Amino acid sequence: MSATGTATAAISDTLIDEIRGVVGAEGLITDPAATRVYECDGFVLARKSPQLVVLPASREEVAATLRLLWQAEVPFVPRGAGTGLSGGCLPLQAPVMVGTSRLRRIREVDVANRRAVVEAGVVNLHVTRAVAEHGLLYAPDPSSQGACTVGGNVAENSGGPHTLKYGVTTNHVLGIELVLPDGRVVELGGVVDDVPGYDLRGFAIGGEGTVGLVTAATLRLVPVPAAVRTMMAVFGSVDDACRAVSAIIAAGVIPAALELMDRLIVQAVEDAYGFGFPTGAGAVLIVELDGLADGVAEQVEAVEALCRESSADEVRVARDEAERAALWKSRKKAFGAVGRLAPNYCTQDGVVPRGSVPEILRRISAVAERQRLRIANVFHAGDGNIHPIILFDERDEDEVRRVLDAGREILEACVDLGGSVTGEHGIGVEKIEQMPLIFSPTDLRVMAELRAVFDPLSRCNPGKILPTPGACVELGAPRRQVPL
Amino acid sequence: MNMERAEHSAIDDSLLRQCVHCGLCLDACPTYVELGNEADSPRGRIHLATALAGGDLELSDEAVRHFDLCLGCRACETACPSGVPYGRIIEETRAHIEARHRRSWLDRLRRSAVLAVFPHRGRLAWLTRLVRALQLVGLWPLVRRLVPAARLFPKLSAGQPLRSSEPDGEAVRRVGFLRGCVSDVVQPQVNAAAARVLRRARVAVDVAAGQGCCGALHLHAGDVDQARRLARANIDAFDGRELDAVVVTAAGCGAAMREYGELLRDDPAYRERAARFAARVRDVTELVEPLLPESGGGQGAGRRVTYHDACHLAHAQGVRSQPRALLSRIAGWQLVELEESDRCCGSAGSYNLTEPEMAAALAMRKVDCIERSGADCVAVANPGCALQIAAELRRRGNPMRVAHPLELVDESLAARSE
Repeated sequence: MSATGTATAAISDTLIDEIRGVVGAEGLITDPAATRVYECDGFVLARKSPQLVVLPASREEVAATLRLLWQAEVPFVPRGAGTGLSGGCLPLQAPVMVGTSRLRRIREVDVANRRAVVEAGVVNLHVTRAVAEHGLLYAPDPSSQGACTVGGNVAENSGGPHTLKYGVTTNHVLGIELVLPDGRVVELGGVVDDVPGYDLRGFAIGGEGTVGLVTAATLRLVPVPAAVRTMMAVFGSVDDACRAVSAIIAAGVIPAALELMDRLIVQAVEDAYGFGFPTGAGAVLIVELDGLADGVAEQVEAVEALCRESSADEVRVARDEAERAALWKSRKKAFGAVGRLAPNYCTQDGVVPRGSVPEILRRISAVAERQRLRIANVFHAGDGNIHPIILFDERDEDEVRRVLDAGREILEACVDLGGSVTGEHGIGVEKIEQMPLIFSPTDLRVMAELRAVFDPLSRCNPGKILPTPGACVELGAPRRQVPL
Repeated sequence: MNMERAEHSAIDDSLLRQCVHCGLCLDACPTYVELGNEADSPRGRIHLATALAGGDLELSDEAVRHFDLCLGCRACETACPSGVPYGRIIEETRAHIEARHRRSWLDRLRRSAVLAVFPHRGRLAWLTRLVRALQLVGLWPLVRRLVPAARLFPKLSAGQPLRSSEPDGEAVRRVGFLRGCVSDVVQPQVNAAAARVLRRARVAVDVAAGQGCCGALHLHAGDVDQARRLARANIDAFDGRELDAVVVTAAGCGAAMREYGELLRDDPAYRERAARFAARVRDVTELVEPLLPESGGGQGAGRRVTYHDACHLAHAQGVRSQPRALLSRIAGWQLVELEESDRCCGSAGSYNLTEPEMAAALAMRKVDCIERSGADCVAVANPGCALQIAAELRRRGNPMRVAHPLELVDESLAARSE
């Protein structure tokens, strides 16, 4: 159940007093009842409580805190809202956690230049809310966008259903303000796209908090699309649905979102909510198109035709906002519905080239058969980001073991097909053992050297991303997993 | 392990296990947003409750603090994708705590004082008579200085007791009417307005004798036995009277009564009656909105009203659109939306008496939003919220009116029929 970390440095009372002097009593958590709730994020298979949680309220407080920790030679782990799905902020080898929940200011909204400077603890959705009156939005929209924060999005390079058209976090962050483990503050990137020299901004984004603590980011804002249409296509088989996906992309249409649900998911959703999907549907595709009104209307017709050419039994275009909301509800509630099929479920995250989606689905069903498990699939079809949901009962120890084996086999299959072990959940502690599957020893060594430039003494989230002897984590039984 | 659990914990493990630890509740939680501490978030509290239920966590003052700080607003339930029944979890955890944890004498005094006065209409009536007397002889400012909670009392007026009534002509509905404790005594004009509006909507009103407190405050304080006794009394009072619904003007009472089925699920004599009763409970705005005619402009025309979603109406009962429709469609006011309209104002039953500091912070945040809305009046469908918001407005010297939606509807209908 608990993670096995190496021995951690002791925290002296003097250090605690000094940190309290910086952040005040309200910014410091020492009580074991309260530090206990920080033992895991959205990934609950590995747990370890920090000894101390610090919640600074400004860049200056972050810098002063990190300087004190640096001098005392105590490692720390940064934490955003704790919605991560791979254990990125597990305090594996660090006794201190530094959270960004009190860094909540939107420092600046620059409408003319379409950018905003926000602190790390600002909730993703609050950025879009703050700029909505100007007809702008912040595009990356992870499913946790109502709770996850910009700092965590930067650390994980988060995606979302609209990644296909709009890209991931790194495509929308112009610059970041980063406090290095020794307390120095650096600005990476800038306020424009093309900053001369090395792209250190790009290096730090997706660094999972191993190169310092992000205190603020300059975000790119995009105009709210003039028109949005959402449609649903029902297919007899997943293969037909995948052919439609390929045809849509090949035709040059870039949907804002392209989501696929397989037979098991469709049945579960239908049983739970009665959306009116035809019984026996092998797969349902949800397509969202956005842009200028005229163009969108043409694309809707094109996508409908392409779906029918790929043997769609039915294509339905949402007529109004209520129907559109209902379609998205079927996708977003899918996980809740799956909860009805089994006491527990565990969601994997992997990527394959779009063309290999039918093949990975075949391999997933082979894994399911071999391991005697039920696996449902709902995923971002447009970019080959799969999310197999493995159903099980945690009281059956043998089944739990088979679930973990199945997860590994599926990720290995992704790599085998030229993909990757994570699409959007990050490495954290969950997938650190699989890093050598996608990177050569030299790749990994260069990464380690580069990381050492920022964190030469491994004080910042040690034991993450790059496999090291101390980074092995014994995973417990998966509990019910979280929706994506 | 589970058997052991069942014996030493009052918290149902199967409820706790529904939480998948995704954290989507965090930003909905007023105390988390205020403090930024995970232990003061719904997910953190469920984490702690799980540890308590499993016997892995000592019931220290610090641990109890995080549960005391919960408002019970249930905004997290609206945000939760997994359908975790947080309201039940917090109630069971509180019962677990009260049965096992010894509080300081001051804390006990404060908590028992609330339960000794508020749910008893007779005692509350005496208290309000005392307050009115003090207000009349000019001693009230002194009391307010000595007892901070006294700030919540508005200027009180004597009200007429609510009576059963029949509409002119044939009734389209027959409803039972729960008067509530605080509402009936501290703001009698709300029930009176509701009764007049119901009458115009041709609804017969039955103020059944024998009704009493809904038990919400006891349940929130962890006194489940007393809550059950009160629930049974109300079920007895309204049962067998051929009613289409039981209505109430206080969102807190409505939310509690809708859960009588759950509350009495282990009581064979009442289980089914409780479920039937709960299924008939309606907030008065929900019942009356579809029965009233369109506004012909109304006396509210041209004036702006904003609407605060009481937690126990929006989050606990899912009633959001009907009060808004009453204000704009029936009363004829111009409705301006309130920022964070469904964020708790800090009243939360007796929370503002037991946790004055957090309650004050949330009241300020709420009234900041209300002032920014530019409205002339704020409508609130729960007496606790109304008192809390009115007290903060008074403190700022802001004369803005706080009214129940049905008061504005009543005024508008009266003006139209003149």
